[in-house]
Amino acid sequence: MIEFQAVTKRYPDGTVAVDSLDLTVEDGRITVFVGPSGCGKTTSLRMINRMIDPTSGTILLNGKDIRESDPPLLRRGIGYVIQHAGLFPHRTVLDNVATVPLLSGVDKRTARSRAAELMELVGLPSTMAKRYPAQLSGGQQQRVGVARALAADPPVLLMDEPFSAVDPIVRDDLQQQLLRLQSELDKTIVFVTHDIDEAIKLGDRVAVFRVGGRLAQYDSPSALLAKPADDFVSSFVGRDRGYRALGFLTATGIPVGEVATVRAGDAPERAREALVDGWAVVVDEQNRPLGWVSADLLSTMDKSVDTEALVSGGSLFEVDSSAGGTAGSLRNALDAALSSPAAVGIAVDGTGAVVGGVTADTVLSALADARSSGEVPG
Amino acid sequence: MDQGRPGGEGVNSAFNWLFDPDHWSGPTGFPARILEHLGYTGLSVLIAALIAVPVGAVIGHTGRGTFLVAGLSNGLRALPELGLLTLLVLLTYVGLLPVVVSLVVLALPPVLAGTYAGVRNVDRSVVDAARGMGMRGPSVLWRVELPNALPLIVGGIRSATLQVIATATIAAYVSLGGLGRFVIDGNNAGPGSPDGYPQMAAGAVAVAALALTVEGVLALAQRLVVSPGLRATNLVGKNT
Repeated sequence: MIEFQAVTKRYPDGTVAVDSLDLTVEDGRITVFVGPSGCGKTTSLRMINRMIDPTSGTILLNGKDIRESDPPLLRRGIGYVIQHAGLFPHRTVLDNVATVPLLSGVDKRTARSRAAELMELVGLPSTMAKRYPAQLSGGQQQRVGVARALAADPPVLLMDEPFSAVDPIVRDDLQQQLLRLQSELDKTIVFVTHDIDEAIKLGDRVAVFRVGGRLAQYDSPSALLAKPADDFVSSFVGRDRGYRALGFLTATGIPVGEVATVRAGDAPERAREALVDGWAVVVDEQNRPLGWVSADLLSTMDKSVDTEALVSGGSLFEVDSSAGGTAGSLRNALDAALSSPAAVGIAVDGTGAVVGGVTADTVLSALADARSSGEVPG
Repeated sequence: MDQGRPGGEGVNSAFNWLFDPDHWSGPTGFPARILEHLGYTGLSVLIAALIAVPVGAVIGHTGRGTFLVAGLSNGLRALPELGLLTLLVLLTYVGLLPVVVSLVVLALPPVLAGTYAGVRNVDRSVVDAARGMGMRGPSVLWRVELPNALPLIVGGIRSATLQVIATATIAAYVSLGGLGRFVIDGNNAGPGSPDGYPQMAAGAVAVAALALTVEGVLALAQRLVVSPGLRATNLVGKNT
């Protein structure tokens, strides 16, 4: 547990970076510090491993005042991941990952075998061990950065905008991986970002900072979306927070209706008979969706349903048909419906096979039910 | 006597002098003079590096005393070596010490500037990560900043070495050895003598050849000591 007690950081020029911060970071959770530039989120993070010392106030790590610890020793027990990874250019990937164990006096062989395990854990092929950082992509470098921070198996991990310098697809990948790692490792993670979407995606708890280093709200992501404390938080959380809040509601029990399907390669006349409201989903041998076909489109096909000419489908809504429940959220279901050309979202099971369709209406009535049963805060 | 004349014949006579087997043996032959020359150079560059690398590294690491780097480099560069040597000889005695001091003064600025810039230019996020992982100041300098500064440090040493090889000819001016001997003796022999201009020219060619050879050796040494990770231009797959 990390406790900030009335922590203030004031610079000699009078700038207040952090103003009387009181906050408790829970063990085994991801706590995200989010806010605009100059809100003191990074300063707060860097005070935890004494890269910056507070002007006043106390920070306790597992009940112990961190000022009593020698900074280098304190830092060896806290993983540290920064924006551009900060890998050592002159060392191989493997030796980068082995840095902290080597510093702590572990022998070279043990440190390297530990480093190799971590590379595997973060999804880096062992063929990269002998490469140098300059030979890696930004995303790969950041994976090495995470592996390096985890090498000494510290209970606490500090991550300062680790994914903000990589492109969106890679970022999504890294975020998923962090969540997967966390489900296995149960670290106490403090994560700084300026991206509210990232905060909501990753955080068990999110601390929103405002300029001047004041804590505006400290809550779970769903509560932050449903009940922003004030105008600053609601504007920071963003315009479509109502829509994004649907992501926290599971779509359990929403009715999945019939959906018209035709098999790729069927004769156009047969396909025409199957259309519902002028549309049908084209599926492959395993019943997986390939796209949509309409009456207009069918009239351009002579012999069979041509998979090259299909209208691409929207997002897929995954239900877990074996358990009778759902794996997706209301947001997934609604997005599937809204992004489909036929206004019917394709519901698929775990194998990707089409099991039915959902409409926006069913999602909205499920939302109304959740609201009346008090499942939605506010 | 034709040998003193400029033109094609003069060049020929210089090379004849240079490759004359009589000039390649004994204590006054080229091998002995080359060794003396390398001795002055090696000693001066070594002393300069022992002073400038630690000073440049500490200034670069702490960021304190930056003004010293610019001031010293420019100030020392402005000194004329021959004048300095004459002054030192007048103040002390004729011998190795004033020669080496003059050459050290020449070698200091490039090594100091290279080391300082090398350490200072290490990516700040790399230094931040090193500290954040629990390295103490000396470790950060020794294990992170210096290895990454090596290309510029070695660059400074190479540049200093070239300048010192060229300038070490002044040792002969105060009756010491080295390749400068041929230049000074040739000058003293006068234009008409077979050991005159041809000898001077042969000495100059030998200095240039020595400088190029040493430069090649140092370039190889740089490849050996600098981490392959820092030769980013030779690396592939940088942005995927």
